[in-house]
Amino acid sequence: MISLLSANAELIITIVKIALLLFIVLTVNAYLTWFERKVVAHMQSRWGPHRVGPHGLLQPLADGVKFLFKEDPTPAGVDKFVYYLAPLLALSLALTSIAIIPFGPEPLHLFGHDIYLGIAPLNLNIGILALFAITALGVYGVALAGWSSNSKYPLLGGLRSSAQMVSYELALTMSVVGVLLMAGSFNLRDIINAQASHPERGLLGWNVWPQILGFFCFFTAAVAETNRVPFDLPEAESELVAGFHTEYASFKFAMFFIAEYTSMITVSCLCTIMFFGGWLSPFPASWTFTHYVPSLILIPAGLWVIWDGLRYETVFGRMVLPGVGSVITLLGALFVALPDVNNFIQGPFWLLSKILGFLFVYVWMRGTLPRFRYDQLMAFGWKLLLPVSIVNVIITSFVILMWGKK
Amino acid sequence: MTAQLVVFFALAALAVIGAVSLILQKHPIHSALSLIVVMVALAGLYLLMGAEFVAAVQIIVYGGAIMVLFVFVIMLLNAGVEEHTSISKMAGIPGLLLVVALAGFVAATIAKSGASVQAATQTGMLSSTKGISEMVFKDFVYPFELTSFLILVAILGATVLAQREKS
Repeated sequence: MISLLSANAELIITIVKIALLLFIVLTVNAYLTWFERKVVAHMQSRWGPHRVGPHGLLQPLADGVKFLFKEDPTPAGVDKFVYYLAPLLALSLALTSIAIIPFGPEPLHLFGHDIYLGIAPLNLNIGILALFAITALGVYGVALAGWSSNSKYPLLGGLRSSAQMVSYELALTMSVVGVLLMAGSFNLRDIINAQASHPERGLLGWNVWPQILGFFCFFTAAVAETNRVPFDLPEAESELVAGFHTEYASFKFAMFFIAEYTSMITVSCLCTIMFFGGWLSPFPASWTFTHYVPSLILIPAGLWVIWDGLRYETVFGRMVLPGVGSVITLLGALFVALPDVNNFIQGPFWLLSKILGFLFVYVWMRGTLPRFRYDQLMAFGWKLLLPVSIVNVIITSFVILMWGKK
Repeated sequence: MTAQLVVFFALAALAVIGAVSLILQKHPIHSALSLIVVMVALAGLYLLMGAEFVAAVQIIVYGGAIMVLFVFVIMLLNAGVEEHTSISKMAGIPGLLLVVALAGFVAATIAKSGASVQAATQTGMLSSTKGISEMVFKDFVYPFELTSFLILVAILGATVLAQREKS
């Protein structure tokens, strides 16, 4: 038994990693809906969800249960095979793309194995290309859902989605070429390490400064690829009822929803890795005292949650919130007490905070921007984003040719 | 049988099944889906040979861009179920002969050049991104640029033909 375990250690580690990552991503997805509803609500001077659990924190759970127990009718005249395939395709491809993302620089030493954070192998030389390949297939989920529903609004949504994806994929791919030229590699780890070549510059060494045009094009095209506001024409509710998922109910609808939120996370990861230094700290490397920043954020946050919980209006809240708060505070204190652990969590901490920042930008845009008109969308993609990203590639290659890489 | 061989036969079987289903399906969308299966299975085969770059590009270009366009056009035209006509005898017998001839030709080529195929997988030159870009942009730069020029001309031609005349 032991020998069998050690012989297949790599396989077992990978399977455990996949299960863990799936669990984390799905939980984050659920709380992302809560986060989005809360943030948008506060932008519009509302409270957002606040009935289920303290601060509405159990709302995602209630939503999940509701999705599971809703009636799931299949409309008449749908193409059964494709109708069932579409949500499955959307969800599985969105979840697969997370596997390519590396989440930390240092391996974890457990049971005599070096366990790196992230599922893909370290030397995956086509990292970013593999991600683009998976997202390129992701459009079929939406397009096929629209077609197979045998209904006119979903069909229009599916058509819009495939046209939008084809138009914005070019700009998306072209806009990262500058970054790839500067790093000289497709590997996501190499791209991050290339931004660390001047450790004393801190956040000034990140790709976003020389590649500001590329970042603008990439983020815009990526938002369009994930069908989010202001590019959510495939599901524009004021025009198309609910767009491509009009005829889907219950958990099949939830699958589209999870797929959309997962691709939001993937895009935030990519923006962070390509342009914002991935897991690199924004401070110069010699400022070792900045290693206490995670604790400095976690301890006050935990104390605030305890204080807020003790005077919460429901008994349940008075019981749960202080518990959660003390866990957060203890975590912060643990990082101060154990320097090894503190060093290890620096990379993941900065990566996750930057990802959270981008997720907030996503929600912020949804609360702020109106939807594009269809012709504006096409003109924006073809006449602005694509030329700008091509110009960016030309400028970058000339600069590298003239003055070398650094 | 090694694990690689198992994966190879699984992917090859998937590709062949996809190709057969592409012909037998009655609805254009189902045919397009079958073609996507073929493309992805081929990408898997490239990956198995160590040609990572080619595999990724295969999915991005064929699986993604081109097939999305196919699906888009089929959806836009709202193409329905195909009507099948009985095969004419003229097409049947010569067609069968041609299939046998083609299969024989392919088999003979594979049997003859089996050794060189092996060599190509071992050099690794073709598989790396660097190797491919050096070949395309150094050794074969003129044919490459000429081909892209040809494609540009075709795009312009299609645009001109499709444009309505302004009176």
